[in-house]
Amino acid sequence: MTETAQKTTPLYQEHVRRGARIIPFGGWLMPVQYTSIVEEHQAVRNNVGVFDISHMGQFIVKGAGAGDWLNTMLTNNISKLDVGVGQYTFLLNEAGGIIDDLIVYRIGDQEFLLVVNAARVDDDFNWLDPHRPKEVSLTNRSADFGGVAIQGPRIAELFHALFGPHIDLPPRNSIVDLNFKETTVSIARTGYTGEDGVEIFFRAEIATDLWNAVLEKGEKLGIKPCGLGARDTLRLEVCYPLNGSDLSPEHNPIEAGLGFFVDLSKPSFIGRDVLQRTKENGPAQKLVPFRMEGKGPPPRPHYTVFSNGERIGEVTSGTLSPSLNYGIGMAYLSAPLAKIGTKIEIEIRAQKFPATIEKKPLYKKS
Amino acid sequence: MNVPDDFLYTETHEWIKREGDNIRVGITDHAQSELTDVVYVELPKMDRAANAREAIAVVESVKAASDIYAPVKGKVVEINKALEADPGLINREPFGQGWLFVLKVDSPDDLAKLKDAAAYRQQIG
Repeated sequence: MTETAQKTTPLYQEHVRRGARIIPFGGWLMPVQYTSIVEEHQAVRNNVGVFDISHMGQFIVKGAGAGDWLNTMLTNNISKLDVGVGQYTFLLNEAGGIIDDLIVYRIGDQEFLLVVNAARVDDDFNWLDPHRPKEVSLTNRSADFGGVAIQGPRIAELFHALFGPHIDLPPRNSIVDLNFKETTVSIARTGYTGEDGVEIFFRAEIATDLWNAVLEKGEKLGIKPCGLGARDTLRLEVCYPLNGSDLSPEHNPIEAGLGFFVDLSKPSFIGRDVLQRTKENGPAQKLVPFRMEGKGPPPRPHYTVFSNGERIGEVTSGTLSPSLNYGIGMAYLSAPLAKIGTKIEIEIRAQKFPATIEKKPLYKKS
Repeated sequence: MNVPDDFLYTETHEWIKREGDNIRVGITDHAQSELTDVVYVELPKMDRAANAREAIAVVESVKAASDIYAPVKGKVVEINKALEADPGLINREPFGQGWLFVLKVDSPDDLAKLKDAAAYRQQIG
Protein backbone atom coordinates (compact mmCIF):
# COMPACT_ATOMS: atom_id res chain seq x y z
CA MET A 1 0.00 0.00 0.00
CA THR A 2 1.35 3.43 -0.86
CA GLU A 3 1.46 6.19 1.72
CA THR A 4 -1.28 8.12 -0.06
CA ALA A 5 -3.66 5.18 0.40
CA GLN A 6 -3.10 5.15 4.18
CA LYS A 7 -5.71 6.67 6.46
CA THR A 8 -4.93 9.25 9.13
CA THR A 9 -6.56 9.73 12.51
CA PRO A 10 -7.95 13.10 13.69
CA LEU A 11 -4.74 13.39 15.76
CA TYR A 12 -2.33 12.86 12.86
CA GLN A 13 -1.35 16.54 12.58
CA GLU A 14 -0.71 16.67 16.33
CA HIS A 15 1.61 13.64 16.06
CA VAL A 16 3.53 15.25 13.23
CA ARG A 17 3.64 18.63 14.99
CA ARG A 18 5.05 17.01 18.12
CA GLY A 19 7.73 15.21 16.12
CA ALA A 20 6.48 11.63 16.31
CA ARG A 21 7.96 9.03 13.96
CA ILE A 22 5.11 7.85 11.74
CA ILE A 23 4.72 4.34 10.27
CA PRO A 24 1.98 2.56 8.34
CA PHE A 25 0.03 0.17 10.58
CA GLY A 26 -3.10 -1.74 9.60
CA GLY A 27 -3.88 0.75 6.83
CA TRP A 28 -3.21 3.80 9.02
CA LEU A 29 -0.36 6.26 9.44
CA MET A 30 0.34 6.03 13.16
CA PRO A 31 3.05 7.24 15.54
CA VAL A 32 5.41 4.39 16.40
CA GLN A 33 7.29 6.55 18.90
CA TYR A 34 7.75 10.15 19.96
CA THR A 35 11.16 10.11 21.63
CA SER A 36 12.03 6.55 22.64
CA ILE A 37 10.03 3.36 23.02
CA VAL A 38 11.80 2.66 26.31
CA GLU A 39 11.08 6.13 27.77
CA GLU A 40 7.44 5.95 26.72
CA HIS A 41 7.16 2.43 28.13
CA GLN A 42 8.60 3.55 31.49
CA ALA A 43 6.29 6.59 31.59
CA VAL A 44 3.30 4.22 31.44
CA ARG A 45 4.74 1.79 34.01
CA ASN A 46 5.78 4.54 36.45
CA ASN A 47 3.55 7.56 35.79
CA VAL A 48 1.12 7.86 32.91
CA GLY A 49 1.12 7.84 29.10
CA VAL A 50 -1.40 8.65 26.39
CA PHE A 51 -1.95 6.77 23.12
CA ASP A 52 -3.96 7.64 20.04
CA ILE A 53 -6.28 4.68 19.46
CA SER A 54 -8.47 6.44 16.89
CA HIS A 55 -7.47 3.85 14.29
CA MET A 56 -9.47 1.23 16.16
CA GLY A 57 -12.92 0.53 14.76
CA GLN A 58 -16.14 1.42 16.57
CA PHE A 59 -19.45 -0.25 15.73
CA ILE A 60 -22.84 0.40 17.27
CA VAL A 61 -25.26 -2.55 17.37
CA LYS A 62 -28.78 -1.59 18.33
CA GLY A 63 -32.38 -2.77 18.27
CA ALA A 64 -34.71 -5.43 19.64
CA GLY A 65 -32.78 -8.68 20.05
CA ALA A 66 -29.36 -7.05 19.60
CA GLY A 67 -27.93 -8.82 22.65
CA ASP A 68 -29.30 -12.23 21.66
CA TRP A 69 -27.91 -11.83 18.17
CA LEU A 70 -24.45 -10.74 19.37
CA ASN A 71 -24.45 -13.78 21.65
CA THR A 72 -24.60 -15.98 18.55
CA MET A 73 -21.73 -14.04 16.91
CA LEU A 74 -19.32 -13.62 19.85
CA THR A 75 -17.73 -16.17 22.20
CA ASN A 76 -18.19 -14.51 25.58
CA ASN A 77 -21.60 -14.20 27.22
CA ILE A 78 -23.38 -10.89 26.57
CA SER A 79 -26.13 -11.74 29.07
CA LYS A 80 -23.59 -11.29 31.87
CA LEU A 81 -23.26 -7.60 30.98
CA ASP A 82 -25.23 -4.96 32.85
CA VAL A 83 -25.71 -1.63 31.12
CA GLY A 84 -22.39 0.23 31.28
CA VAL A 85 -20.15 -2.84 31.45
CA GLY A 86 -17.85 -4.33 28.81
CA GLN A 87 -16.16 -7.68 28.18
CA TYR A 88 -13.32 -9.02 26.06
CA THR A 89 -14.59 -11.46 23.43
CA PHE A 90 -13.88 -13.08 20.06
CA LEU A 91 -15.50 -13.03 16.65
CA LEU A 92 -14.93 -16.44 15.03
CA ASN A 93 -15.42 -18.01 11.63
CA GLU A 94 -17.27 -21.33 11.19
CA ALA A 95 -14.01 -23.24 11.77
CA GLY A 96 -13.50 -21.49 15.12
CA GLY A 97 -10.65 -19.38 13.68
CA ILE A 98 -10.30 -15.88 15.11
CA ILE A 99 -11.56 -13.12 12.81
CA ASP A 100 -11.03 -10.54 15.54
CA ASP A 101 -10.71 -9.99 19.27
CA LEU A 102 -12.66 -7.05 20.61
CA ILE A 103 -14.37 -5.44 23.56
CA VAL A 104 -18.15 -5.25 23.58
CA TYR A 105 -19.76 -2.70 25.93
CA ARG A 106 -23.46 -2.75 26.74
CA ILE A 107 -24.32 0.96 26.51
CA GLY A 108 -28.11 0.55 26.61
CA ASP A 109 -30.51 -2.32 27.24
CA GLN A 110 -30.35 -3.30 23.56
CA GLU A 111 -27.46 -1.10 22.43
CA PHE A 112 -23.79 -2.12 22.23
CA LEU A 113 -20.46 -0.50 21.38
CA LEU A 114 -17.93 -2.84 19.77
CA VAL A 115 -14.31 -1.68 19.72
CA VAL A 116 -12.47 -3.70 17.09
CA ASN A 117 -8.96 -3.85 15.63
CA ALA A 118 -8.05 -1.25 12.99
CA ALA A 119 -6.99 -3.74 10.35
CA ARG A 120 -10.13 -5.83 10.85
CA VAL A 121 -12.87 -3.18 10.57
CA ASP A 122 -13.97 -4.18 7.07
CA ASP A 123 -13.63 -7.94 7.69
CA ASP A 124 -15.66 -7.69 10.88
CA PHE A 125 -18.35 -5.55 9.31
CA ASN A 126 -18.62 -7.77 6.24
CA TRP A 127 -18.92 -10.83 8.46
CA LEU A 128 -21.44 -9.36 10.90
CA ASP A 129 -23.69 -7.55 8.44
CA PRO A 130 -25.04 -10.52 6.41
CA HIS A 131 -25.72 -12.43 9.67
CA ARG A 132 -27.72 -9.53 11.11
CA PRO A 133 -31.48 -9.86 11.72
CA LYS A 134 -33.40 -6.95 10.20
CA GLU A 135 -34.58 -5.61 13.58
CA VAL A 136 -30.96 -5.01 14.59
CA SER A 137 -28.92 -2.17 13.14
CA LEU A 138 -25.15 -2.29 12.70
CA THR A 139 -23.39 1.04 12.24
CA ASN A 140 -19.70 1.57 11.58
CA ARG A 141 -19.02 4.92 13.26
CA SER A 142 -15.22 4.60 13.00
CA ALA A 143 -14.74 7.52 10.61
CA ASP A 144 -16.60 9.97 12.87
CA PHE A 145 -15.09 8.95 16.19
CA GLY A 146 -11.66 8.97 17.74
CA GLY A 147 -10.17 7.41 20.82
CA VAL A 148 -7.29 7.80 23.25
CA ALA A 149 -5.97 5.42 25.88
CA ILE A 150 -4.57 7.01 29.05
CA GLN A 151 -2.65 4.40 30.99
CA GLY A 152 -0.47 4.29 34.08
CA PRO A 153 -0.54 4.36 37.89
CA ARG A 154 -1.23 8.13 38.01
CA ILE A 155 -4.46 7.79 36.02
CA ALA A 156 -6.72 8.82 38.92
CA GLU A 157 -4.90 12.14 39.43
CA LEU A 158 -5.08 12.90 35.72
CA PHE A 159 -8.71 11.85 35.47
CA HIS A 160 -9.68 14.21 38.28
CA ALA A 161 -7.67 17.04 36.74
CA LEU A 162 -9.57 16.53 33.48
CA PHE A 163 -13.10 15.86 34.68
CA GLY A 164 -13.27 17.33 38.17
CA PRO A 165 -12.27 16.20 41.65
CA HIS A 166 -15.72 14.85 42.55
CA ILE A 167 -16.24 12.66 39.50
CA ASP A 168 -15.37 9.00 40.09
CA LEU A 169 -13.42 6.84 37.70
CA PRO A 170 -15.73 4.17 36.29
CA PRO A 171 -15.16 0.72 37.84
CA ARG A 172 -12.90 -1.70 35.97
CA ASN A 173 -14.39 -2.79 32.60
CA SER A 174 -17.19 -0.24 32.95
CA ILE A 175 -18.01 2.64 30.63
CA VAL A 176 -19.61 5.99 31.50
CA ASP A 177 -20.54 9.11 29.57
CA LEU A 178 -19.06 12.38 30.82
CA ASN A 179 -18.81 15.91 29.47
CA PHE A 180 -15.66 17.36 28.07
CA LYS A 181 -16.11 20.98 27.00
CA GLU A 182 -19.87 20.49 26.47
CA THR A 183 -19.34 17.37 24.37
CA THR A 184 -20.22 13.88 25.54
CA VAL A 185 -17.30 11.46 25.69
CA SER A 186 -17.45 7.78 26.69
CA ILE A 187 -14.86 6.67 29.22
CA ALA A 188 -14.07 3.00 29.77
CA ARG A 189 -11.81 1.64 32.51
CA THR A 190 -9.97 -0.65 30.12
CA GLY A 191 -6.59 -0.82 28.42
CA TYR A 192 -3.88 -2.82 26.72
CA THR A 193 -0.85 -2.16 28.92
CA GLY A 194 -1.32 -4.06 32.17
CA GLU A 195 -1.57 -0.73 34.02
CA ASP A 196 -4.66 0.92 35.43
CA GLY A 197 -6.12 3.32 32.92
CA VAL A 198 -8.98 4.45 30.75
CA GLU A 199 -9.91 4.49 27.10
CA ILE A 200 -11.91 7.52 25.94
CA PHE A 201 -14.09 7.52 22.83
CA PHE A 202 -15.29 10.80 21.36
CA ARG A 203 -16.43 12.61 18.23
CA ALA A 204 -13.50 13.31 15.93
CA GLU A 205 -14.02 17.11 16.10
CA ILE A 206 -12.80 17.33 19.69
CA ALA A 207 -9.81 14.99 19.27
CA THR A 208 -7.14 17.69 19.24
CA ASP A 209 -8.64 19.62 22.18
CA LEU A 210 -8.88 16.48 24.28
CA TRP A 211 -5.39 15.24 23.35
CA ASN A 212 -3.79 18.56 24.23
CA ALA A 213 -5.77 18.88 27.47
CA VAL A 214 -4.59 15.41 28.52
CA LEU A 215 -0.96 16.31 27.82
CA GLU A 216 -1.24 19.69 29.54
CA LYS A 217 -2.94 18.37 32.69
CA GLY A 218 -0.62 15.38 32.71
CA GLU A 219 2.58 17.37 32.44
CA LYS A 220 3.28 17.60 36.16
CA LEU A 221 2.47 13.89 36.49
CA GLY A 222 5.25 12.97 34.05
CA ILE A 223 2.96 12.12 31.14
CA LYS A 224 4.36 11.19 27.74
CA PRO A 225 2.59 10.85 24.42
CA CYS A 226 3.26 7.25 23.41
CA GLY A 227 3.42 5.39 20.13
CA LEU A 228 2.67 1.90 18.91
CA GLY A 229 6.19 0.75 19.85
CA ALA A 230 5.58 1.20 23.58
CA ARG A 231 2.04 -0.12 23.20
CA ASP A 232 3.55 -3.34 21.85
CA THR A 233 6.23 -3.79 24.57
CA LEU A 234 3.70 -2.99 27.31
CA ARG A 235 1.08 -5.43 26.10
CA LEU A 236 3.61 -8.20 25.46
CA GLU A 237 5.03 -7.98 29.01
CA VAL A 238 1.55 -8.80 30.31
CA CYS A 239 0.88 -11.33 27.50
CA TYR A 240 -2.06 -9.57 25.88
CA PRO A 241 -2.33 -10.99 22.36
CA LEU A 242 -1.93 -8.87 19.24
CA ASN A 243 -4.35 -9.60 16.42
CA GLY A 244 -2.56 -10.48 13.20
CA SER A 245 0.49 -11.73 15.14
CA ASP A 246 -0.68 -13.92 18.04
CA LEU A 247 -4.26 -14.27 16.85
CA SER A 248 -5.37 -15.18 13.35
CA PRO A 249 -8.02 -17.26 11.55
CA GLU A 250 -5.54 -20.20 11.66
CA HIS A 251 -5.93 -20.45 15.45
CA ASN A 252 -8.86 -20.59 17.83
CA PRO A 253 -9.15 -19.01 21.31
CA ILE A 254 -8.55 -22.33 23.10
CA GLU A 255 -5.22 -22.74 21.28
CA ALA A 256 -4.43 -19.12 22.14
CA GLY A 257 -4.93 -19.93 25.84
CA LEU A 258 -7.91 -17.57 26.03
CA GLY A 259 -10.69 -20.05 26.76
CA PHE A 260 -11.70 -17.85 29.71
CA PHE A 261 -13.38 -15.53 27.19
CA VAL A 262 -15.35 -18.36 25.56
CA ASP A 263 -18.63 -19.45 27.14
CA LEU A 264 -19.27 -23.00 25.92
CA SER A 265 -22.40 -23.14 28.08
CA LYS A 266 -24.11 -20.92 25.51
CA PRO A 267 -26.26 -23.18 23.27
CA SER A 268 -24.86 -21.81 20.03
CA PHE A 269 -22.46 -19.30 18.57
CA ILE A 270 -20.41 -19.40 15.39
CA GLY A 271 -17.42 -21.68 15.91
CA ARG A 272 -18.80 -23.25 19.09
CA ASP A 273 -18.68 -26.88 17.95
CA VAL A 274 -15.04 -26.67 16.89
CA LEU A 275 -14.07 -25.06 20.19
CA GLN A 276 -15.97 -27.73 22.11
CA ARG A 277 -13.98 -30.41 20.29
CA THR A 278 -10.69 -28.57 20.81
CA LYS A 279 -11.46 -28.34 24.50
CA GLU A 280 -12.37 -32.04 24.78
CA ASN A 281 -9.45 -33.37 22.73
CA GLY A 282 -6.91 -30.75 23.78
CA PRO A 283 -5.40 -28.33 21.26
CA ALA A 284 -2.60 -29.51 18.96
CA GLN A 285 -0.73 -26.25 19.52
CA LYS A 286 -0.76 -23.72 22.33
CA LEU A 287 0.26 -20.09 22.53
CA VAL A 288 2.71 -19.71 25.40
CA PRO A 289 4.91 -16.90 26.72
CA PHE A 290 8.65 -17.45 27.06
CA ARG A 291 11.76 -15.62 28.20
CA MET A 292 15.29 -15.73 26.83
CA GLU A 293 17.99 -17.07 29.13
CA GLY A 294 21.36 -15.35 29.40
CA LYS A 295 22.62 -12.78 26.97
CA GLY A 296 21.35 -12.93 23.45
CA PRO A 297 19.43 -11.08 20.80
CA PRO A 298 15.75 -10.35 21.45
CA PRO A 299 13.27 -12.78 19.86
CA ARG A 300 11.21 -11.57 16.89
CA PRO A 301 8.08 -12.79 15.09
CA HIS A 302 8.58 -15.81 12.79
CA TYR A 303 11.74 -17.09 14.47
CA THR A 304 11.65 -20.88 14.72
CA VAL A 305 11.38 -22.63 18.09
CA PHE A 306 13.23 -25.89 18.75
CA SER A 307 13.25 -28.50 21.49
CA ASN A 308 15.97 -31.15 21.50
CA GLY A 309 16.87 -30.26 17.92
CA GLU A 310 13.31 -30.67 16.70
CA ARG A 311 11.19 -27.83 15.32
CA ILE A 312 8.20 -27.36 17.64
CA GLY A 313 6.73 -24.03 16.63
CA GLU A 314 7.13 -20.39 15.72
CA VAL A 315 7.45 -17.10 17.57
CA THR A 316 4.45 -14.79 17.03
CA SER A 317 5.57 -11.79 19.14
CA GLY A 318 8.93 -10.87 20.60
CA THR A 319 10.94 -7.96 21.92
CA LEU A 320 13.39 -6.91 24.55
CA SER A 321 11.29 -6.23 27.65
CA PRO A 322 12.08 -2.70 28.88
CA SER A 323 10.78 -3.56 32.38
CA LEU A 324 12.59 -6.88 32.75
CA ASN A 325 15.60 -6.15 30.55
CA TYR A 326 15.63 -9.54 28.85
CA GLY A 327 14.10 -10.93 25.68
CA ILE A 328 10.47 -12.06 25.89
CA GLY A 329 7.96 -13.43 23.43
CA MET A 330 5.04 -15.64 22.67
CA ALA A 331 4.98 -18.69 20.40
CA TYR A 332 2.60 -21.37 19.22
CA LEU A 333 4.20 -24.64 20.28
CA SER A 334 3.30 -28.28 19.96
CA ALA A 335 0.95 -28.78 22.94
CA PRO A 336 2.71 -31.66 24.77
CA LEU A 337 5.85 -29.47 25.00
CA ALA A 338 4.06 -26.22 25.77
CA LYS A 339 4.41 -26.49 29.54
CA ILE A 340 5.62 -23.89 32.04
CA GLY A 341 9.29 -24.39 32.82
CA THR A 342 10.11 -26.30 29.61
CA LYS A 343 13.48 -25.37 28.10
CA ILE A 344 13.29 -24.41 24.45
CA GLU A 345 15.60 -22.85 21.88
CA ILE A 346 14.96 -19.91 19.58
CA GLU A 347 16.80 -19.88 16.27
CA ILE A 348 18.17 -16.42 15.52
CA ARG A 349 20.36 -15.92 12.42
CA ALA A 350 21.20 -19.64 12.19
CA GLN A 351 22.17 -19.86 15.85
CA LYS A 352 20.11 -21.35 18.68
CA PHE A 353 19.59 -19.41 21.93
CA PRO A 354 18.12 -20.90 25.14
CA ALA A 355 14.72 -19.83 26.43
CA THR A 356 12.18 -21.05 29.00
CA ILE A 357 8.41 -21.26 28.81
CA GLU A 358 6.95 -19.03 31.50
CA LYS A 359 3.53 -18.46 32.97
CA LYS A 360 1.39 -15.43 32.23
CA PRO A 361 1.98 -12.57 32.77
CA LEU A 362 5.69 -12.24 32.07
CA TYR A 363 5.77 -8.95 33.98
CA LYS A 364 4.00 -8.40 37.28
CA LYS A 365 4.03 -5.18 39.25
CA SER A 366 6.10 -5.62 42.39
CA MET B 1 22.17 16.19 13.24
CA ASN B 2 25.89 15.73 13.82
CA VAL B 3 27.88 14.74 10.67
CA PRO B 4 31.63 15.17 11.35
CA ASP B 5 33.56 16.59 8.38
CA ASP B 6 36.59 14.30 8.72
CA PHE B 7 34.64 11.02 8.32
CA LEU B 8 33.43 9.19 5.22
CA TYR B 9 29.89 7.74 4.94
CA THR B 10 27.82 5.09 3.21
CA GLU B 11 24.33 5.15 1.78
CA THR B 12 23.41 2.66 4.54
CA HIS B 13 24.41 5.08 7.35
CA GLU B 14 27.78 3.68 8.40
CA TRP B 15 30.55 6.18 9.17
CA ILE B 16 34.19 5.46 8.28
CA LYS B 17 37.26 6.92 9.95
CA ARG B 18 40.62 6.33 8.24
CA GLU B 19 43.40 5.05 10.46
CA GLY B 20 46.32 4.31 8.11
CA ASP B 21 45.44 1.13 6.14
CA ASN B 22 42.56 0.46 8.49
CA ILE B 23 39.12 1.97 8.81
CA ARG B 24 37.06 2.28 11.98
CA VAL B 25 33.32 1.83 11.33
CA GLY B 26 30.21 2.78 13.27
CA ILE B 27 26.68 3.98 12.57
CA THR B 28 25.86 7.66 12.21
CA ASP B 29 24.04 9.90 14.65
CA HIS B 30 21.18 9.97 12.16
CA ALA B 31 21.05 6.14 12.11
CA GLN B 32 21.10 5.79 15.90
CA SER B 33 18.37 8.40 16.25
CA GLU B 34 16.23 6.54 13.71
CA LEU B 35 16.78 3.23 15.54
CA THR B 36 16.67 4.62 19.11
CA ASP B 37 17.15 2.39 22.14
CA VAL B 38 19.80 -0.01 20.81
CA VAL B 39 19.43 -3.12 22.97
CA TYR B 40 21.70 -5.68 21.32
CA VAL B 41 24.71 -5.71 19.03
CA GLU B 42 26.02 -8.73 17.16
CA LEU B 43 29.64 -8.03 16.25
CA PRO B 44 31.52 -9.69 13.39
CA LYS B 45 34.02 -12.47 14.17
CA MET B 46 37.62 -11.36 14.45
CA ASP B 47 39.72 -12.00 11.31
CA ARG B 48 36.74 -12.65 9.11
CA ALA B 49 36.95 -11.41 5.54
CA ALA B 50 34.17 -9.19 4.27
CA ASN B 51 33.14 -8.01 0.84
CA ALA B 52 31.99 -4.46 0.22
CA ARG B 53 28.33 -4.08 1.24
CA GLU B 54 28.28 -7.48 2.93
CA ALA B 55 26.18 -7.60 6.13
CA ILE B 56 28.65 -8.43 8.91
CA ALA B 57 27.04 -7.06 12.08
CA VAL B 58 23.55 -6.55 13.46
CA VAL B 59 22.27 -3.71 15.61
CA GLU B 60 18.94 -4.39 17.31
CA SER B 61 16.59 -1.79 18.75
CA VAL B 62 13.48 -2.62 20.75
CA LYS B 63 11.51 -2.66 17.54
CA ALA B 64 13.75 -4.24 14.89
CA ALA B 65 17.06 -5.82 13.85
CA SER B 66 19.18 -3.87 11.33
CA ASP B 67 22.12 -5.19 9.31
CA ILE B 68 25.40 -3.28 9.33
CA TYR B 69 27.50 -3.51 6.18
CA ALA B 70 31.23 -3.57 5.49
CA PRO B 71 31.80 -0.29 3.63
CA VAL B 72 34.61 -1.81 1.50
CA LYS B 73 36.35 -5.18 1.04
CA GLY B 74 38.62 -6.04 3.95
CA LYS B 75 39.29 -8.09 7.05
CA VAL B 76 38.00 -7.55 10.58
CA VAL B 77 40.96 -6.75 12.86
CA GLU B 78 39.24 -5.22 15.88
CA ILE B 79 35.74 -5.37 17.39
CA ASN B 80 34.16 -3.21 20.08
CA LYS B 81 33.51 -5.74 22.85
CA ALA B 82 32.25 -2.91 25.11
CA LEU B 83 29.02 -2.89 23.09
CA GLU B 84 28.12 -6.37 24.33
CA ALA B 85 27.75 -5.08 27.88
CA ASP B 86 26.53 -1.60 26.96
CA PRO B 87 24.83 -1.43 23.53
CA GLY B 88 23.45 2.01 24.48
CA LEU B 89 26.94 3.42 23.71
CA ILE B 90 25.75 3.54 20.11
CA ASN B 91 22.98 5.95 21.09
CA ARG B 92 25.11 8.03 23.43
CA GLU B 93 28.36 8.25 21.45
CA PRO B 94 27.70 7.11 17.88
CA PHE B 95 30.94 8.64 16.53
CA GLY B 96 33.06 7.76 19.55
CA GLN B 97 32.81 4.88 22.05
CA GLY B 98 29.91 3.45 20.02
CA TRP B 99 32.16 2.30 17.13
CA LEU B 100 31.52 -1.25 15.89
CA PHE B 101 34.61 -2.72 14.22
CA VAL B 102 37.92 -1.96 12.47
CA LEU B 103 38.56 -3.32 8.97
CA LYS B 104 41.96 -3.75 7.35
CA VAL B 105 41.16 -2.49 3.89
CA ASP B 106 42.17 -4.65 0.88
CA SER B 107 42.49 -1.76 -1.51
CA PRO B 108 42.57 1.81 -0.17
CA ASP B 109 41.36 3.04 -3.59
CA ASP B 110 37.94 1.60 -2.72
CA LEU B 111 37.50 4.37 -0.14
CA ALA B 112 37.17 6.90 -2.97
CA LYS B 113 33.70 5.45 -3.69
CA LEU B 114 32.36 6.47 -0.27
CA LYS B 115 30.45 9.67 0.44
CA ASP B 116 32.00 12.70 2.07
CA ALA B 117 30.21 14.58 4.85
CA ALA B 118 28.56 17.04 2.43
CA ALA B 119 27.12 14.23 0.29
CA TYR B 120 25.87 12.36 3.36
CA ARG B 121 24.27 15.51 4.77
CA GLN B 122 22.45 15.90 1.49
CA GLN B 123 21.26 12.28 1.62
CA ILE B 124 19.69 12.59 5.08
CA GLY B 125 18.20 16.01 4.28
